Amino acid sequence: MSKRTNGQNVNAGSMADIAFLLLIFFLVTTSIETDVGINRMLPKLEKNPIIADVFERNILRVLIDSQGQLLVDDVLIELTDLRQKAIAFLDNGGFTYDHPAYCGYCKGERDPNSSDAPSKAIISLSNNRETSYEAYISVQYELLRAYGYLRNRAAQRLYQKDYATLESEYKDPTITIEEAERLKSKIKNIQELFPLKLTELETK
Amino acid sequence: MSKFSKKKSGELPPVSTASLPDIVFMLLFFFMTVTVMKDSSLKVENVLPNANEIKKLEKKDRVIYIYVGKPTQEFQKVFGSEPKIQLNDKFANPSAVGDYILAERAKKSEDLQNVLTTSLKVDKNANMGLISDIKQELRKVNALKVNYTTYDGDAFRNLQ
Repeated sequence: MSKRTNGQNVNAGSMADIAFLLLIFFLVTTSIETDVGINRMLPKLEKNPIIADVFERNILRVLIDSQGQLLVDDVLIELTDLRQKAIAFLDNGGFTYDHPAYCGYCKGERDPNSSDAPSKAIISLSNNRETSYEAYISVQYELLRAYGYLRNRAAQRLYQKDYATLESEYKDPTITIEEAERLKSKIKNIQELFPLKLTELETK
Repeated sequence: MSKFSKKKSGELPPVSTASLPDIVFMLLFFFMTVTVMKDSSLKVENVLPNANEIKKLEKKDRVIYIYVGKPTQEFQKVFGSEPKIQLNDKFANPSAVGDYILAERAKKSEDLQNVLTTSLKVDKNANMGLISDIKQELRKVNALKVNYTTYDGDAFRNLQ
């Protein structure tokens, strides 16, 4: 009986070797990859291009040249100022008070020579063939952050929550269907207030 | 004196290695969870740009990868040092991107075919001309959802 309870110790010395072998196998066959990035939708390729008439004041032209320098509406600016510039442009709300599309939630300068309303404002991003990808991504990202800032502001005002919080709550699989529907309509609502009109198509 | 001579001589007891497997297993599980299996070995330099406040890619089975960058040292003799596109394990021309996307799309199950994302893993020193060509090809095959894959970091660091 006593032998049974005591038992003989299994020699666990080789266990470490086996585990090391596995570890090395995984180290060799795997890599730490990033799976985050900037999501964008490319425009559809139309056989007969649609030509839209847009007022020049409703377009913010952002050009990145081959040296990575930024031209916004033909003025050279720094990347750090781009976001502010884009926010000022989108949030301008140039329509007068009696106009049907008057932007009541805009807090901009209401400059008649800048965009009429966020729903009309278009940011046109263009680049050279020699532009570095890095500069392009930085600009793309800063512009998206300008939209993010404005959407956050709208979401805070209407729902006392960040826009990103709404989105992540919507993606949470544990919420009920009614909750999801409500969040979806909130997100839609904010997206309509500040639609993402960031185009890389030709603008003339 | 006999009292002292009973004591063992300076020998240390052996260090117990019983916990070693546990430690190694811990390491193993760490690596298993934070890494993913390689599906193709990179033949291009691939240092991605930085950005934060970014979106996570969707599930892996819904993503098609396109790598762009300078060929690595060993391939530079043959392929030169201009940025190239890598599809699966081969270098390719921009015109091959469309076919590649269609072929990859056909491999996926039918319900996934409409929700595929193309992940562009582009080296930060690549130029936009090549990317524009790729984007044009993607538009031709109607693969409109793209993800500019980046590292999670401050975007202003890109310009230094």
